[in-house]
Amino acid sequence: MSALLAVEGLDVRHGLLQAVREVSLDVAEGETLALVGANGAGKSTLLRAIAGAHRPAAGRIVFAGRDITRMPAHRRARAGIALVPEGRRLFPELTVEENLRVATASRRPGPWTVEEVLEAFPLLEPLRRKRAASLSGGEQQATAIGRALMTNPRLLLLDEVSLGLAPVVVEGVYRSLATLIESGTTIILVEQDLARAMRVADRVICMLEGRVVLEGLRGQLTREQVTGAYFGLRQGATA
Amino acid sequence: MNETALAVPTPTGFRVQRWSWASVLFAGGLAGVVTFLALGPVLLGENSQNNLIQLYFLMIMAMMWNALAGYGGLVSVGQQGFIGLGAYAAVFFSVQQGLNPYTSMLLGTLVGAGVAIPVAAVVLWLRNGAFAIATWVVAEVFSILVSLDPNPAIGGGTGTSALLPFDLRYDPTHRLHYTYWAALGAVAVLLLLLFVLLRSRLGGSLQAIRDDEEAAASVGVRVLLGKGILFVVAGAGCAAAGTIILAWQLSVLPLGPDSIFGINWTARMIFMVLVGGIGTFEGPIIGAVLLYVLQTYVSMSGVWYFVLLGGIAIGFALLLPRGIWGTIQERFNVQLVPVGYRLRAGAGR
Amino acid sequence: MTWVAAVVHGILLGGYYALLAAGLALMFGVMRIINLAHGSLALVGAYMAFLLVEHTGWSTYLTLLPVLPGALIVGYLLQRTMLERSLRAGQLVPLLTTFGLLIVIANLLQEFFSPDVHSLDAGRIGTAAWQISSELSIPWFDVLTLGIALAVLGGLQLVLRFTQLGRELRATAADADTAELLGVNARAVYARATAIAVAVAALAGVFYGMRSGFDPSQGGAELLYAFEAVVIGGIGSLWGTLGGGIVLGVSQEIGAQINPEYFAIGGHVVFLAVLVARSASQASRIRYALRRFA
Repeated sequence: MSALLAVEGLDVRHGLLQAVREVSLDVAEGETLALVGANGAGKSTLLRAIAGAHRPAAGRIVFAGRDITRMPAHRRARAGIALVPEGRRLFPELTVEENLRVATASRRPGPWTVEEVLEAFPLLEPLRRKRAASLSGGEQQATAIGRALMTNPRLLLLDEVSLGLAPVVVEGVYRSLATLIESGTTIILVEQDLARAMRVADRVICMLEGRVVLEGLRGQLTREQVTGAYFGLRQGATA
Repeated sequence: MNETALAVPTPTGFRVQRWSWASVLFAGGLAGVVTFLALGPVLLGENSQNNLIQLYFLMIMAMMWNALAGYGGLVSVGQQGFIGLGAYAAVFFSVQQGLNPYTSMLLGTLVGAGVAIPVAAVVLWLRNGAFAIATWVVAEVFSILVSLDPNPAIGGGTGTSALLPFDLRYDPTHRLHYTYWAALGAVAVLLLLLFVLLRSRLGGSLQAIRDDEEAAASVGVRVLLGKGILFVVAGAGCAAAGTIILAWQLSVLPLGPDSIFGINWTARMIFMVLVGGIGTFEGPIIGAVLLYVLQTYVSMSGVWYFVLLGGIAIGFALLLPRGIWGTIQERFNVQLVPVGYRLRAGAGR
Repeated sequence: MTWVAAVVHGILLGGYYALLAAGLALMFGVMRIINLAHGSLALVGAYMAFLLVEHTGWSTYLTLLPVLPGALIVGYLLQRTMLERSLRAGQLVPLLTTFGLLIVIANLLQEFFSPDVHSLDAGRIGTAAWQISSELSIPWFDVLTLGIALAVLGGLQLVLRFTQLGRELRATAADADTAELLGVNARAVYARATAIAVAVAALAGVFYGMRSGFDPSQGGAELLYAFEAVVIGGIGSLWGTLGGGIVLGVSQEIGAQINPEYFAIGGHVVFLAVLVARSASQASRIRYALRRFA
């Protein structure tokens, strides 16, 4: 079965800096892919390029059989790609509920509604009418994920959902994610916590300085291999 | 462990150059042109002198507006306030105080500079659109104050004239000559002033401010001071232009479409700078020449003329934002006036 | 006229200014653009109404039926053709293009309608007034204008709070990139905001035409007043624009009370005073920051 998402030879620049160099990867429907790597490895930029927030300088992105390389971000959301951005980026003056409702702009049918999201993240229920700026980090993260879910995505991109959060809060976030993962949503998640990433994902890709340096199924990679690739101490082979 | 040492490229064979062959040639040519123009009253007829005076004050206005917008990032829609201020200050000194009209013109210029300082203190905190409209409000306030002034020399809403102070001292031909030289002199002085400013540290910091104001401030560039200097220079320059207009057409009005405080002056300034090349040294001069040519040789009713100016300005802003000279400069990497720095491969230092 | 009457009339005038300034505030809130042609567009509204009245004999109020939708379309097209490109080109370009538009509109109006002063008939309500005392009469038309202003501001607030369009407008204003990632078409949102802004401006223009005579050169003055109302009231709040409009109106009427020629300058002086006060607070902040680095 062909991949849901295929990235071919992608080059993405950040101003004068080359953030992503000739990256190619595939994601199958229902798969959970973890993207790991040190800061500045290009993971966030890659995710943003897939979501349409960044124009690639070269390469192709194919989603569900369609070449979306030139497609603007809002059309990609309508096609089924949703990004939970690094740093959450909620709309600060809008309430939790309003933040969620904005995402109905994607006009996609599906199971996710405001009520469904509040059920999946019960901590948000009493916070419905609170301004997003006054939420704690964990609450904001839950809202951001819920907001992306409101678009009923086929492909969910999660960028550093554990960033800046206390471990117990991160636990909570990943517990909610577990249900999502089991339900069969295709997910790419960028995660600095290697252990967590390898626990949750089917496949792991490690990036270094914009390139893919290691790729493999969860069961086939050892932690030493991944750590090595992470710090660029050894060139890993594709599994 | 596999480590590769980072190879740091050592700069060899680069030198920093300010003057290029093109700019040396240009400076020479410019000196020749200026000498020729200075002999205008001797070599050229009355018509030509009158026309050139117009070109000169248009050039001054273009240079000043470009200094604000192109170098300082400040879009002012109120420079006409200083134009009118200069004209009326010259009237005050010559008609009311009985001073020599040309001395009054100089004083008028200084008044422009002086008034620009408190105005700058009030408006320079504002950004973009707020700054623009605030400058217009200031210009309107000047215009209203003048039109309400009961002083008979100022003339209130019906305008005023400098006929008397000139007539008392000079016959029309000499007035034309002296006004011509005053105008040319003003252009030369202001050009030189801008040139010196831009080659100084201020010039470098202005470039930094234009590129990224916050970053510039964080490395110690005194943003407000740089903008303040530009604002005062522009105030003085526009006031000078106003005094020249007064000396040339002798009577001015504070209100109405031909007002010395009219928004049409800003329309002309924006046209000249956008078409010539915003942010370049040569651009406003080219723009002034083009406007002057348009004005002189294209005969159309006043309203269509301004529709054309406005339309062309919009077109350039959207489609050719660097203007004529800016585009040429970018395409051919030419710089005639050496205000920047060039990196050249060659004997290293 | 007494001082009390001046203040009352100033408050009512504030209603008109709030109506005029609402569109300017909306565009600035959503796109950070100050549309220098705003006053001119309002004036175009007045002239379109005038044209319709001339050719059809309708009442002025009836002309709003075609004028407002027309203004919506004009605003939408204006955004998609000119302002969208200007937005992408940087901070200065929108100012330059909207200024160019101001000049073009002022001169086209003069070409097609002559520099003469025209006016619109406000109907019976235009001449009726509530005589409170021998020195104070409140024109019904001014009350109507204030009422319309309140309705428009209230309506805009409702749209912003409770509709999907409103949520998308607020989200795009806060963070256009993230809004796009959720499926919001930012360009369409901007176009709708401009459409609404121009329509409200046209409405204000028609009411302006009914309250006073108008000629092609007034676009600039109306822009200045609208902007002053927005700034005095505090950029960023729609109801603040009402407050600002009222302060402006009262300042102008009090100025006129001192001397009829001081009408405009009354407002300008208060506006500049507000700027000075705000810059003074800025200055102390900067002095404090400098002290830490010195």
